[in-house]
Amino acid sequence: MSDAVATPPPAPIVTGGAKTASSGGDGIEGGIGGTALGDRIYGGIIWVFAICVPILLALIALEIFLAGWPALHKFGLSFLTSSDWDPVNGKFGAAPSIYGTLVSSAIALIISTPLAIGVSVFLSEFAPPWLRQPVAFFVDLLAAIPSVIYGLWGIFILIPALRLAIIPFLRDTLHLSVIPLFNGPNYGYSMLAAGLILAIMVLPYIASVSREVLLAVPRSQREAALALGATKWEMIWGAVLPYAKSGIIGGIILGLGRALGETMAVTMVIGNRPEIKASLFAPAYTMASVIANEFSEASGDLHLSALMAVGFVLFVITIVVNAIARWLVWEVSRGNKS
Amino acid sequence: MSDNLLRPSTAQKQFTAKAVQSLRKRKAINSLMVGLIIAAAVIATIPLIVITGYLLKFGAGSVKWHFFTNLPAPVGETGGGMSNAIIGTVILIGIASLFGLPIGIGAGLYLAEHKGTTLANTVRFLSDVLNGLPSIVMGIFAWEFLVRPVHHFSAWAGGVALGAMMIPMVARTTEEMVTIVPVSLREAALALGYARWRTSLTIVLRTASAGIVTGALVAIARIAGETAPLLFTALGNQFFSTSLNQPIAALPLQIFTYATSPYEDQNAQAWAGALVLIALIFLISLIARFATRGQFTGTGGD
Amino acid sequence: MGSSQEPVATNLQVTVKATAAAEAATKAAGTALAVEGLSAFFGSAEAVRSVSMEVPNQRVTAIIGASGSGKSTLLRCFNRMHETVPLGRVKGRVALQGQDIYGKGVNPIEVRKKIGMVFQRPTPFPTMSIRDNVSAGLRVKKMKHTSQRIAEIVERALKRAALWEEVKDRLKDPATGLSGGQQQRLCIARALATEPEVLLLDEPTASLDPISTQKVEELVYELRGDMTIVIVTHNMQQAARVSDRTAFMLNGELVEYAPTGKLFTTPTDHRTEAYITGRFG
Repeated sequence: MSDAVATPPPAPIVTGGAKTASSGGDGIEGGIGGTALGDRIYGGIIWVFAICVPILLALIALEIFLAGWPALHKFGLSFLTSSDWDPVNGKFGAAPSIYGTLVSSAIALIISTPLAIGVSVFLSEFAPPWLRQPVAFFVDLLAAIPSVIYGLWGIFILIPALRLAIIPFLRDTLHLSVIPLFNGPNYGYSMLAAGLILAIMVLPYIASVSREVLLAVPRSQREAALALGATKWEMIWGAVLPYAKSGIIGGIILGLGRALGETMAVTMVIGNRPEIKASLFAPAYTMASVIANEFSEASGDLHLSALMAVGFVLFVITIVVNAIARWLVWEVSRGNKS
Repeated sequence: MSDNLLRPSTAQKQFTAKAVQSLRKRKAINSLMVGLIIAAAVIATIPLIVITGYLLKFGAGSVKWHFFTNLPAPVGETGGGMSNAIIGTVILIGIASLFGLPIGIGAGLYLAEHKGTTLANTVRFLSDVLNGLPSIVMGIFAWEFLVRPVHHFSAWAGGVALGAMMIPMVARTTEEMVTIVPVSLREAALALGYARWRTSLTIVLRTASAGIVTGALVAIARIAGETAPLLFTALGNQFFSTSLNQPIAALPLQIFTYATSPYEDQNAQAWAGALVLIALIFLISLIARFATRGQFTGTGGD
Repeated sequence: MGSSQEPVATNLQVTVKATAAAEAATKAAGTALAVEGLSAFFGSAEAVRSVSMEVPNQRVTAIIGASGSGKSTLLRCFNRMHETVPLGRVKGRVALQGQDIYGKGVNPIEVRKKIGMVFQRPTPFPTMSIRDNVSAGLRVKKMKHTSQRIAEIVERALKRAALWEEVKDRLKDPATGLSGGQQQRLCIARALATEPEVLLLDEPTASLDPISTQKVEELVYELRGDMTIVIVTHNMQQAARVSDRTAFMLNGELVEYAPTGKLFTTPTDHRTEAYITGRFG
């Protein structure tokens, strides 16, 4: 078919750059476009940067654990159960701090979850389109305010408000003091203060995740409920919320993760006292705030090691909580695709 | 039994009455819940207004010119400023970006180009976990790793701590932005004879650059306000210092110190500092928004 | 089988090019791409089944067929693009001017510098100007050009792509500001700027309006004197209008390959006949 024609000899396409002729592409890793040296170097560099993440995490875990080991070793399990935190006498029981972290976070979730879900439901079911952006913006912006500024506001606005108005109102006017939770001296600096501030700080995280999952609920779900004669609330409660349930729970756990680790705002309003008291009005401690408060002036190596150990406990708890939250949100977004 | 639809039977009347009563109850519940929802929405928007209001009220009064030019005054004296803290924050952001941006962008590129592999999935998951790490934990780690061995606090230890916090954020946004770049663009470059690494760096990265820059600025805005990682690394400094090997002042640290101080003048300056910090964060966020305007995006025309 | 010598009843306006003289000239021009036993896979799925054909030099060869027939995959084997997709695999031989591009020691990147490709959807680089888009391929060539030379090359490429008049005053403007048809011609100019030996066009007018389509077809017809062109199209009339030879593919197989006029008027395979008379596809 082809007769040889006098054409100039073709320039060679064999060059030294190729290692092998790969006519098989594995497509995914490195085989694309030939195994040129540049590809190898580039691939290597981004691989190194990528594994910085697991390495960093492992390094953090290791360093903190090793630094905290002396205290953990000395006190054993009582480190977690003893409420005797006495740096002066070398006694370190972290129970008050752990208790404080858990309780303040619980208060934060109890207060902020209904508000967060409420505002998200409002945005997805009731708000006219022009109102959606501004309100969502207002709520999301709360996440941008630094913790120390929340603390500043807490010290000069919230604490006086608590001490002068809110706590007296709860304790005396409403006579809630019959319940141990609401009974006790009034300093202002309290578990309640920490819980309130945390509630505000955590609100945008729960709200934004909830908003996303609510908006992702298909119209058909809503229309089906309404077509059956449901009221708007019945539609929300019966059709929309159940569909968005796992996502919202994921958002709540995400908020929990945030609350557990918050430091500055909490340190500035909680009173920093290593005691477990029933009253919400009593000063308290959290794991994050004990570290922030005592680290710079730690009296001796054991004290330092104890604080590191507290840090390690906090590290483990937040990792577990964040992993669960992430898995939940991830599962939901995968489920939505099917 | 009624044989006439116009004259309902007793049973039918009772049934209708129950249905109407039930409907009334359901409607009442509906009104109540809708009311609660709207109340929740209103309450949720209040904190921002309140906090911003007080910031402006207490901060604006104290932000005088000398706030930006003077160093902190000795205790008890007025007229001090936070010039060293403002500069310090800028320097710390610089160090953090130098450390955190390349690693974050590189990791993000890896995640985008090796989607679906076990390593990529693991890194992505761990990156999210790292993102949720309490900043105080990062702070004590940085102390243990960067301060303790050399026996002194330093600016660069604080910067690195902040940079480490940036890595997961930047990696995720970079991954998202690079993934959005259509495969057809890569193919067009490959078909021209571009090597894979060249395609990634000159075509894909460039196309995604606006989004990546935005992501970087958002991460910077977030770490600009962090205090805890700096408590035991940068430590804070009453004097003017730009040395990387010495403690350095920073806005969040200064706010914390002054807020918890017993002196009113310092408290007032804490508010001023807070206002300036918020303004800085706001400014960075604004720039982030405008970084995406005016870029070549998508295909124009018809 | 069973097709007769009579022209098949067509409702196509076909330009009959199958004169003996034209075909003889085509044969005399030589072979640009010699394809032997080419098979392409996605993992274990065979998309192109042992295709052998010879693409003539400096002529337009069209590949037609229904969706999924493997015609685009076949085209992408000609410049080693198929292997860039996940699980993409190729077996067989494709000789460019006598050298197997899949041979040992051959760098696919160098292959792609000699064989240009234009895709179905216009893909201008969005962050680059019109001028930078056209010169994008020059940046990876071994020769360093002066900016003067680059400007000359850009102008020539845009002229050949029939786009110069429309953009000559706004070369620095973003490429995304052009219309779809203009963007596609820009992509053609970009491919032409590197002076490829072979130009591969994968359904280049599929997303274009009729006027832009016509412009592209005209320029394809004009280019054929200078370079070898292979065009994949699902539009039979287009194939009939612009090409010298046509290959018909079905389910990965090369069913028939003949001078265009002959394929459309007297196809030898009944499947070809069925396709071009619109019985399927």
